[in-house]
Amino acid sequence: MGQLATALVTMILGVMGCAAYFYGSNFLLDKIFPTKSGAAKEVARNLRVANTIRPWLFLGPAVLLLTFYLFYPVLESIRLSFYGRSGEEFVGLSNYKWLFSSDEFYESFRNNMLWLIVVPTAATFFGLIIATMTDRIWWGNIAKSLIFMPMAISFVGASVIWKFIYDFRTGGEDQIGLLNALVVFFGGEPQTWLTIPIWNNFFLMVILVWIQTGFAMVILSAALRGIPDETIEAAVLDGANGFQIFYKIMVPQIWGTIAVVWTTITILVLKVFDIVLAMTNAQWGTQVLANQMFSWMFNGGGDFGRGAVIALVIMVLVIPIMVWNIRRANEEMEGR
Amino acid sequence: MITSSKRTPLTYLVHATVLFLVIIWTIPTAGLFISSIRDKSQLSTSGWWTALSTSEQRLVARAHEPKAQTQVGDRYVISGNLFEGDAGEITKFGSSSLRPDEFDVGVVAELKKGQTLQVMENGDYLFSSPSEWKGSRGQRIFYTAETPPRFTLENYREVLSAEGLGQSFINSLTVTIPATIIPILVAAFAAYALAWMRFPGRALLVAAVVGLLVVPLQMSLIPLLKSYNMIGEFFGVGSKTYVGIWLAHTGFGLPLAIYLLRNYIVGLPREIIESARVDGASDFDIFRKIVLPLSFPALASFAIFQFLWVWNDLLIAMVFLGNDAEHMVLTGQLRELLGSRGGNWEILTASAFITIIIPLCVFFGLQRYLVRGLLAGSVK
Amino acid sequence: MADVKLTHVKKIYSNHVEVLKDINLDIKKGEFIVFVGPSGCGKSTLLRMISGLEEISAGTLEIDGEVVNDVPPALRGIAMVFQSYALYPHMTVYDNMAFSLQIAKVSKEDIDQQVRKAADMLQLTPYLGRLPKALSGGQRQRVAIGRAIVRRPKVFLFDEPLSNLDAALRVATRMEIANLKDSMPESTMIYVTHDQVEAMTLADRIVLLSGGNIEQVGSPLELYEHPENVFVAKFIGSPAMNIVPCRIEQTGEQTLVSLSASASIQTPIVTEASEQAKAAFFGIRPEDLTVVSAEDESLFSGTVSFVESLGEATLLYVNIPGAEEMVIAKQAGTLSIKRGDTVFLAAQPEKMHLFDEKEQSYLRKG
Repeated sequence: MGQLATALVTMILGVMGCAAYFYGSNFLLDKIFPTKSGAAKEVARNLRVANTIRPWLFLGPAVLLLTFYLFYPVLESIRLSFYGRSGEEFVGLSNYKWLFSSDEFYESFRNNMLWLIVVPTAATFFGLIIATMTDRIWWGNIAKSLIFMPMAISFVGASVIWKFIYDFRTGGEDQIGLLNALVVFFGGEPQTWLTIPIWNNFFLMVILVWIQTGFAMVILSAALRGIPDETIEAAVLDGANGFQIFYKIMVPQIWGTIAVVWTTITILVLKVFDIVLAMTNAQWGTQVLANQMFSWMFNGGGDFGRGAVIALVIMVLVIPIMVWNIRRANEEMEGR
Repeated sequence: MITSSKRTPLTYLVHATVLFLVIIWTIPTAGLFISSIRDKSQLSTSGWWTALSTSEQRLVARAHEPKAQTQVGDRYVISGNLFEGDAGEITKFGSSSLRPDEFDVGVVAELKKGQTLQVMENGDYLFSSPSEWKGSRGQRIFYTAETPPRFTLENYREVLSAEGLGQSFINSLTVTIPATIIPILVAAFAAYALAWMRFPGRALLVAAVVGLLVVPLQMSLIPLLKSYNMIGEFFGVGSKTYVGIWLAHTGFGLPLAIYLLRNYIVGLPREIIESARVDGASDFDIFRKIVLPLSFPALASFAIFQFLWVWNDLLIAMVFLGNDAEHMVLTGQLRELLGSRGGNWEILTASAFITIIIPLCVFFGLQRYLVRGLLAGSVK
Repeated sequence: MADVKLTHVKKIYSNHVEVLKDINLDIKKGEFIVFVGPSGCGKSTLLRMISGLEEISAGTLEIDGEVVNDVPPALRGIAMVFQSYALYPHMTVYDNMAFSLQIAKVSKEDIDQQVRKAADMLQLTPYLGRLPKALSGGQRQRVAIGRAIVRRPKVFLFDEPLSNLDAALRVATRMEIANLKDSMPESTMIYVTHDQVEAMTLADRIVLLSGGNIEQVGSPLELYEHPENVFVAKFIGSPAMNIVPCRIEQTGEQTLVSLSASASIQTPIVTEASEQAKAAFFGIRPEDLTVVSAEDESLFSGTVSFVESLGEATLLYVNIPGAEEMVIAKQAGTLSIKRGDTVFLAAQPEKMHLFDEKEQSYLRKG
């Protein structure tokens, strides 16, 4: 409770400090350059000055935070990738050499590629199918809500949930993991699912697909509802059947949204490490880049240089999406 | 959308498919919840889907110690109840581990040295012997019992106290609330400036925000950890503080916050803002009195996002707050348990449920805002 | 309460698009001025420059003899009523009207007094506690006007304030605005619209803009009766004035023009001898043409190619042999004329207009 009280006080102080900054700085600006009364010439000059300064008062904290937490670290990571474990001695390209000759890197890179192919595809596909079908039934909203729910569950929480499903009991004991129970019910042999090479990756991916399908569904459902009824009615009059309407009329019209969903999930996949850490701790060939980076950062005292190199690989994978996003945003701004 | 009101086979197929998918999507969570309130021993021997049926279990119990024996006539008797208050129904029993189901219930079993054992359906047992019972430990009785479903909150009580989840819960709250409010405040001002104020470099800043939106956190961790260590040393405090993690979450949440809020604020009617300007309001007045109240839906959307993200985060908490018991947040604690108590499902399921209950409440309570925020962030 | 004077005012956007070219305008205190023109003519931009929401690229804007180019909107002594009303959706009617006074730190009692006075004037008193979304369109419009009144501005600016209302309400609100002007004879009002009926009914003077230029400034009837060019002639009046290409056959005190080989018209318009044999445009309003029975009374004849019966009037679309475009004649009541009939059309000489090649109007005698 003592901690809660301290936290409460710190929290109020933090929030008030924030508010005080915005109030105080704007108050000062208005005091130094009054614009609400006075001679026209002076007001005009003050206004110009105030209008030049004020945006930066508004933006100041955000720009500082973004610089310190995101912009500077990117540059610093690039620098560190040329330095040794403590980040002090220059080692040239040796971190890169190490990376490209390390088996673990190829393993995690291969796994990451598998994740990148499977998860966005599966989540978008299921999302689209569910969105289409739930729009047609009266209890669609309840169904959507339930499928959307895993979105609120942490990756670690989801890992516990699924680890329970993949649970394995030796010998003749009753299987309490759902998957093995089903296998036994249909006459199969129970398996330790998480240790089967290659395939265990897919069992981990299932978790992320389970979480992200709801996201894809919600957005695609909104996009589907945005399709003008007339185009579908016209297709019906032209004699198209349900599947033709879906593939030839509806999907092409929401292509842009599908791309957005796809890229959003792709970025998420690149950053995923919690699931691997919690499910297998990267054993049995399930390593991914984000988790490998995390290991190098902390395990055995940490190696900042090697960690930074792996982070850079993730960054490079993200850059095409980043460029595409910025271009899209610019087009949008010009449209306004 | 064309919906056929006719009950065609296709409609049934759609209903069935959606139902099937919904079941697949909900069953993992349902299983977790049901398991977490099951009795520990039942949980570890039978699947949660059997929770409502009576389970047949092979169990073993010890009879009372010999010092509890009484003399009835010429025989020494130890009696008691195997269930000790719980309900159940015994079908078979035995006195050795080799043949645990040797005797049917109610039978008076002849053991060695003229001793007899009788176990009744309700768990009452009666050892009888012509000579005095020796030793300090009670005899073992093996029995097969059908126990009715038992539900209990004992698992929760245990994880909240013994496993330190209560402390973690408070830690999580301490991290989450400020880490949700501060970015909103900072981002709202920035979003307004980027939406409605004119200054050189605005387009560049908007592009930068969009770019930073996808920068992987992993990029930031090492440099930030170094900076934190330096700053912590300078002020003579540790590098792992609550203020540190609040600011980290603020920094990482800002791109999305600014992007979402700017998209919303830029869509406010231009005339309302101009009207306020004609009315003499400065940008600060406009922001405070017009834009902020009108942006409530967007603020709520982002608040939910940020709340879920911070609450569910493991990475930033591990890096910037550390792994000691005092600072561990729920996700960290749960991961720890997953490692150390891997087989104890009664602990894991209850712990997992505690970590996801708050986000689930937020989710179901405020789903509408969440959806709105998602759409504002993606569909354009 | 104030004169507004624009001298060589220009608006050039950063991409070098010139939306207003050298605007000179003198608005007198207490005048009701209407800026009218097709969309994209720059009328709203001009209003927003007067309000201070849009920067003035070149030239000067004076209000009350003071140059206000750089003065912020709130200190210019203006108030603006927006097309969408721009009511603050989260504030009650009372707070909406009080907002500007609160910003200016007027005392609570004064605010209350002024808000109540304005509300009384606009019959808004029962609604003071409501939010804008609980009001009808007309009521919202009145709140927007009330918000302008409480500021006691020197100049009222209206930016298409009626275009979001339905037709019936538009007429009623138009009359209210006219009444408002009557009750405040001292205040200057500048009103932007694309609707010529609003312009004709409300304005003391109309400023007709097109393509960033002022085409003509004058009272509504001046613009109707003496359009300075073809654009004004066609813009004011509905259906638009008939403009028929012609040739000047004879100059002097009276000008003779020929529309085709068979139709020539004597007009009481003065032309110089140098104009002889030049191409020009003859203009006549549909409502100034009348169907006559005898050929010798008529200006020209033609075949009716289309008849539109509107009930209170009938529009005849007449093909004149040899002329390119059809001429419209608007006749009162209903007629028994059918498609294909030949009609004779007459007009009074003083209703005729003549425009030169550059589509400028010729001066009229006297």
